[in-house]
Amino acid sequence: MTAVTADAYEAVFDAAVAADERIEPRDWMPDAYRATLVRQMAQHAHSEIIGMQPEANWITRAPSLRRKAILMAKVQDEAGHGLYLYSAAETLGTSREELLDKLHAGRQRYSSIFNYPTLTWADVGAIGWLVDGAAITNQVPLCRCSYGPYARAMVRICKEESFHQRQGYELLLALSRGTSAQHEMAQDAVDRWWWPSLMMFGPPDDESSHSAQSMAWKIKRHSNDELRQRFVDICVPQAEALGLTLPDSDLRWNEERGHHDFGAIDWAEFQEVLKGNGPCNEQRISQRRQAHEEGAWVRDAAAAYATKHQAQHVKPGEATA
Amino acid sequence: MTTTVNAAALALGDDALVLSHRLGEWAGYAPVLEEEVALANIALDLLGQARVLLSLVGDEDELAYLREERAFRNLQLVEQPNGDFAHTIARQLYFSVYQRLLYGRLAAGESEFAGLAAKAVKEVAYHQDHAEQWTERLGDGTAESHERMQRACDALWRFTGEMFQPVEGLDIDSQALQSSWLESVTAVLERATLTVPDGPRSGGWAAGAGRQGLHTESFGRMLAEMQHLHRSHPGASW
Repeated sequence: MTAVTADAYEAVFDAAVAADERIEPRDWMPDAYRATLVRQMAQHAHSEIIGMQPEANWITRAPSLRRKAILMAKVQDEAGHGLYLYSAAETLGTSREELLDKLHAGRQRYSSIFNYPTLTWADVGAIGWLVDGAAITNQVPLCRCSYGPYARAMVRICKEESFHQRQGYELLLALSRGTSAQHEMAQDAVDRWWWPSLMMFGPPDDESSHSAQSMAWKIKRHSNDELRQRFVDICVPQAEALGLTLPDSDLRWNEERGHHDFGAIDWAEFQEVLKGNGPCNEQRISQRRQAHEEGAWVRDAAAAYATKHQAQHVKPGEATA
Repeated sequence: MTTTVNAAALALGDDALVLSHRLGEWAGYAPVLEEEVALANIALDLLGQARVLLSLVGDEDELAYLREERAFRNLQLVEQPNGDFAHTIARQLYFSVYQRLLYGRLAAGESEFAGLAAKAVKEVAYHQDHAEQWTERLGDGTAESHERMQRACDALWRFTGEMFQPVEGLDIDSQALQSSWLESVTAVLERATLTVPDGPRSGGWAAGAGRQGLHTESFGRMLAEMQHLHRSHPGASW
């Protein structure tokens, strides 16, 4: 084989990206592309597992058995999404353990939205409608991301997320059309979750440090502001159908732009949450660390058992169905 | 539906409802992500069983959310707090072996429960497999996990006799059920290098108590949490 220079590898990579071909784990890729993907996929995986907490907070209090079953299934799906995404990230040469360690040490992030508390049952609906809705708006374009394993994980995840989103919407609809106390509960939840959901699309385009490179690599397909606008345009008629208002007095249709104009986002709040000063940052990460630390003896036991029984081809359990 | 069938459906439905609730408390706290999935999966299966059984008796939500502690007919075993992972696994082992044997017999019979049991027994086989594998991993894992698993098996042992009290409306040979259960559990514990607990399995108070609506203290708090929102909005639909 002839020696090939790094430039030649890079040219092959650039051509593949330009031709909308998928980059696969064994393909050469720039170090920075690998690092960006690990960062983004880890953050995405972490968001799935931290995101279990605000919703799990209501499993034991769900007001009907049907809603309880739906919520349990949703939280279970989120753990599953976390598993897919850690597996996809592992194709880049990292490991789940390493990524979890970084999460626990505060060296990798998760979505800022999960640092807000779930204070009423209606919050479960608002998370489904708005938070999952924003996630889907962000994630559908990722199904065409240049990195194959990530794109394929997103195809599977988006199907389940869409289902969760419809269930959240339906939960809010039931509350909105229910008693006046239920209607108020729904409106209060939307009032509290609307702005944090808009922040999920990240900083404005002129302040987004990773955007230009990610778009050039076709990891991202649309800018933060484009996706945020798309989300607002989708939500306005949905809110009307729900019989609920969105907490923004500047929100109105702009005929000229063909989009809704909306008010200014409180970026100072966003920065505070990112810095760790949101309402639940401390609690979320503490619970995650606690679960991990208290589970250490269980993982150690499983490893010790596996080592002892490695030599045996038939596991003891299998003989005794 | 006859009163005796109602009594049996309530007993089995409450077992599934209450254990499902306890497993739901694990969400976000499991030792490894795969167990988040597995415990939620088992909880969901049990909740599904509870909904079918309670619906045989009346409105599932009225029964789950508006009965007081003294009207619940579940075993004391399933209301026991989760404790550590070993404690949860021991509870799963004892209950899933019982439930599989019971549902296997009901599926083979001709009672009102045959259809339901035929479906549920497939789920329960998975629950039993999960509990057995973890009992073995923990029992035959490290010194610490061995000790924790033994302690958990010992602590819950006294609640196991109640499973073999006759249940009104269930035509089951309780003695035969009990000996099959002991045989299965003994085999698993031995494979797991654990000692079969030697304490009483049917102490005076515990024997049959849950089935008569006599529960342990933590159960009332569990219900308070479970029922609070529903009770705060009388007549609302969700």
